[in-house]
Amino acid sequence: MTIDHQLLAAGIDLGYGERKVVDDLSLTIPPGKLTVIVGANACGKSTVLRGLARLLAPTRGAVYLDGKPIHQMATRDVATILGVLPQSPIAPDAIVVADLVGRGRYPHQGWFRRWTQEDDAAVAEALRATNTLDLADRPVDELSGGQRQRVWIAMALAQQTEVLLLDEPTTFLDINHQVEVLDLLTDLVRHSGRTVVVVLHDLNLACRYADHIVAMKEGKLVAEGRPADVMTESVVADVFGMTSRVVIDPISDTPMIVPIGRHHTGATVVA
Amino acid sequence: MTMLDAAGTIRHIRYRLATRRRAVTLALCALLALTFAVALYLGDYDVPPGEVLRSLLSPLTGLTDKGIDFIVLNVRLPRATLAVLSGIAFALSGIIFQTLLRNPLASPDIIGISHGASASAVFCIIVLGLSGTGVSLGALAGAVLTALVIYALSWRGGVTAYRVVLIGIGMAAMMAAIMSYLFTRARIFEVQKALGWLIGSLNASSSSDVIGLAIAIAILLPATVLLVRALDAMQLGDDTAAALGARVEAVRLGLMLVAVAYAAFATAAVGPVTFVAFVAGPIARSLLAGSGKGFVQAALVGALVMLGSDLLAQHALPAVQLPVGVVTGVFGAGFLLWLLIVSNRAGQVN
Repeated sequence: MTIDHQLLAAGIDLGYGERKVVDDLSLTIPPGKLTVIVGANACGKSTVLRGLARLLAPTRGAVYLDGKPIHQMATRDVATILGVLPQSPIAPDAIVVADLVGRGRYPHQGWFRRWTQEDDAAVAEALRATNTLDLADRPVDELSGGQRQRVWIAMALAQQTEVLLLDEPTTFLDINHQVEVLDLLTDLVRHSGRTVVVVLHDLNLACRYADHIVAMKEGKLVAEGRPADVMTESVVADVFGMTSRVVIDPISDTPMIVPIGRHHTGATVVA
Repeated sequence: MTMLDAAGTIRHIRYRLATRRRAVTLALCALLALTFAVALYLGDYDVPPGEVLRSLLSPLTGLTDKGIDFIVLNVRLPRATLAVLSGIAFALSGIIFQTLLRNPLASPDIIGISHGASASAVFCIIVLGLSGTGVSLGALAGAVLTALVIYALSWRGGVTAYRVVLIGIGMAAMMAAIMSYLFTRARIFEVQKALGWLIGSLNASSSSDVIGLAIAIAILLPATVLLVRALDAMQLGDDTAAALGARVEAVRLGLMLVAVAYAAFATAAVGPVTFVAFVAGPIARSLLAGSGKGFVQAALVGALVMLGSDLLAQHALPAVQLPVGVVTGVFGAGFLLWLLIVSNRAGQVN
């Protein structure tokens, strides 16, 4: 599993109806790396992910997968290369974990090609990778938030795509589960050479886990690169409109953003 | 656990789900066969079971008995068959809408499609003075037209479930108003005729109704089988489905057309029998307990509800023949209340 797929956006505008959310954005996703998109609320980071995932057609420009315009490719062909976990997927009532994760095999099946041993193996592998094998026969309704999120990631993994896009997979999770999910995504990148793009809210986790970070503001790309090169106090001020101090994360040696508000600033800080 | 064991676990779970699915299907088939037999046997005129069997086989064996054959083959058999076929069609229409729109309230008898058929039929009876096939065709056209209007009004670069449900409920109210207006300017015997049609009944079942509906279902079934597979993906939300490679908008439009056609043909054949479309899917799914999407099982439940309700309607009260719609109405309204109470407790309506 080491074929590198090329995913890039060339001068795309994205929007909903009349409202333009993303303006003339060009972005090349580095293959075999973990890319994290960050930015303030409503900056268009999820919209960019939906555009890259061909869930939203650009009004200008195009997204290319392996050199071909993604919106002109057969959606099922795309689905065998590129997997997506949207922000709020819906679990049908009473569905059990094995069945839900099995739905990830949809693009590999057809009217004449039904469920096979290969599908069993793909589902088992996805459950193992997300540490959810022991939940396989439980109804999804009964799981905790962290378990459910891992099951959804397993569903996307069962699709067995080289490229995986995830929209805020850690939202609503406790911090321990957030770290667990990001560790899992890092495993996917390091062990099986996958290309992963994820939208995150937490800046410090983004800086720690990203190989490549993309910062957005008001629908435009502000900065991209290695977190250590990109996440400076001035970029944070620009993107989030907040003063901060950037220090070195004592655990991971990556930038750590310490926000500076109006209170609790101590005596030594000059904002 | 090794990967091989893990794959075995998955296979085992899928096998267990399939076993439950098969058991539910078999039980429903058995129950339906039994009810069908009872429907052929019960009636004002006593026909012994042996005679029913002889009569059913008479086209093959040549052993005929004019009187009994008329009762069994020309009265009871078409009536029971029409109940089964219309039950299947209503149920499939309901479960397709409920699954597509991810809302148990989204069945055609709630989101205005049946009301469109009814208003059109009432118009045909009262204003155009039609009856029989003319009314059926009018109902068919009314259902399709209403569905198109609902779809067009819900369209906003795509169709979202809640818009369809809300606009559908609005359309239902509007159609009810049109019917009320038509009633106020009609003569009393026309009103009686229209009301009889509106409640829905199998009392006047004929072989031609059966054949018409059977042909419609035979045409719609392959399309249903072809399209329903995409629901594996579409049940997970539009974005997830698109990500899995389903052609969401095309499949949704196709399935809606099929679902409208089921409801329209069934309504044209037996009238807008309420709540069969609404209850069949949820009953089938609760029997399955998560072991399947439940389309086959819902069709069986629909047939069973329709046939069972018609038996009750015919025989529950001595010397009174109720229209089947009265029984399904009482049964279904109770179910609707129960559903609303239960979902209120869970804090959501889906």
